Amino acid sequence: MGTQMNKFFKTAALALALVGLAACSSTGDTEDTTPTVAQQTGESDAARAARMEQERLERERQEQERRDQASLNTTVFYFDFDVAEFQPQDRETLIVHARNLASNPNRRIRLEGHADERGTREYNLALGERRANSIRDFLIVNGASRNQLETVSYGEERPAVRGQTDDAYRQNRRVEIQPAG
Amino acid sequence: MKQHSLMKHLPVQVFALVLVVLATVSGRASAAELNIEITRGVDNPIPIAVVPFNWQGDGSLDEDLAQVIANNLEQVGEFRPLSRTNMLSMPSEEREVHYRDWRILAQQYLVVGKVDQVPGGQSVQVQWEFFDINRERKMLGEVLTGSTTQLRDIAHAISDVIYEEITGRRGAFSTKILYISSEGSSQEDLLYRLHVSDYDGRRAQVLLESREPIMSPAWSPDGSQIAYVSFETDLPRIYIQNLTTGERRQVTDFSGINSSPVWSPDSSHLAMVLSKDGSPDIYVLNLATDELTRMTDHPRADTEPSWTLDSSSVIFTSDRTGQPQIYMQDINAPGFPERLTFDCFYCAKGQFLPDGVNMVHVRRDTRQDRNYSIAILNTETSRVITLTDTALDESPSVAPNGSMIMYGTTANGRGVLDAVSIDGRVKFRLPSAQGDVREPAWSPYLN
Repeated sequence: MGTQMNKFFKTAALALALVGLAACSSTGDTEDTTPTVAQQTGESDAARAARMEQERLERERQEQERRDQASLNTTVFYFDFDVAEFQPQDRETLIVHARNLASNPNRRIRLEGHADERGTREYNLALGERRANSIRDFLIVNGASRNQLETVSYGEERPAVRGQTDDAYRQNRRVEIQPAG
Repeated sequence: MKQHSLMKHLPVQVFALVLVVLATVSGRASAAELNIEITRGVDNPIPIAVVPFNWQGDGSLDEDLAQVIANNLEQVGEFRPLSRTNMLSMPSEEREVHYRDWRILAQQYLVVGKVDQVPGGQSVQVQWEFFDINRERKMLGEVLTGSTTQLRDIAHAISDVIYEEITGRRGAFSTKILYISSEGSSQEDLLYRLHVSDYDGRRAQVLLESREPIMSPAWSPDGSQIAYVSFETDLPRIYIQNLTTGERRQVTDFSGINSSPVWSPDSSHLAMVLSKDGSPDIYVLNLATDELTRMTDHPRADTEPSWTLDSSSVIFTSDRTGQPQIYMQDINAPGFPERLTFDCFYCAKGQFLPDGVNMVHVRRDTRQDRNYSIAILNTETSRVITLTDTALDESPSVAPNGSMIMYGTTANGRGVLDAVSIDGRVKFRLPSAQGDVREPAWSPYLN
């Protein structure tokens, strides 16, 4: 806290000194006017504030777009062992997918559910379907239309990664979003 | 001495047609054959000598009949065939047999035989005889005729007779298995195949090849047809294929999961799993009327149906209480199924043995116990015998004589097929040369 206050006062002092310097120079040399941006374009303070706000919103919009695109580029969602509900941290990403579907009614996607290899194959087929359905239902609640969504379970038949490690299993318990054919 | 024509004696099944789903896939003639290795045997196997059969003909025979017979008997674990290098004599018929030669070697039984070329054809005549050394008596003798392509069939038929003579139980050496393989380095280039082979993995043929998964192969009770799940349309759908004609038809096209086809033992119905009404449930299709009846109705998963021997009920896996357990449902009174398993964290894929009392299943005892094992539950006494101790055992399938269970497991990172005797004492492995193999389905008796 103390150092922060210190820093603040130092910065403020430096700013005042600079303002003072500028004032001196402008009064001393009249023909060399110090053009400010406002004077040059004839922009009023209000217009300038509005423009800055506009720019800020545009930056935010671009930032949001960038984040949405990143969300839309996230097409694989992972699941805990023997669990059919997607992980809470994927909520925001899935909401972006749902909104994108809502604003693109002609877009159709396929949700492919997968399980790791532990346990019986046909039970894992059921588990993969439940995972795909959990994401499908969330997308519908958040604006996607039922007929935009197709689900299929591959159970443990199409592992993303080979091997019997916990890491391989984690990568195989997933739902993949694919464009629907 | 009995005289048989092999044409009558053995099943002449033609597994000729290989269906290739993707035209871009080059059909290789046959997948790698499986070999058998014995991983654990019985304590006191029965000593038996199988003398090399004497061949009277041109060139050499493609198959060593005596070796096939010895392998068969050794694979079930109850027998210990004598090594050829230890034999003191090599008789091929009764008049050459000296009992003393075999008593010295502590043999209980002796098999001898000879193979003759039938003049002017591709046929052979096999004469074989079977002796009890202690009683110094010939027990059996038979002459079989068949084509040179049927030599393994002849050896399996002889093995069946010997096995039944000694144990009193019908042999299952003339049976076949279906299994699935997948091969490829990444998710994108996997190639799935459905194979049929002899029970020992030999003479494998590809029945179906696809870039999309194939699952859940099953035999019709007479062995003439098979059913399976193929994702070839991008969705899991059930198909039935005639093994003789190769004719094939899609049986289901419902939304969601269409899986786990299983014929009732009386051939009248096909049980299956459909999730068209929201979650996977058990359905039964009447094959005569095409009438589909829903057997279970629960928002959780009901799957892996299998029939009781009298075709009156289906047993199935359900996680309605949270974790998978096995239940039984009378098909004539759909309603509340009876729960069969209780004391396990994960009990699934139940199937009754031919005695109708014992049920083989996949079992994980506790959440802490990470192994999925093959186990047998006696449904009358509730006693459980765990047969395997590997980690990822699944898809148990029972030999028609109930003597062995074949199942899929993982060894050195690859899917392999193992078989275990019903008492858990004998095991053999059918490793594949390439890819992962899984989901064995043991045929009914085919002869």
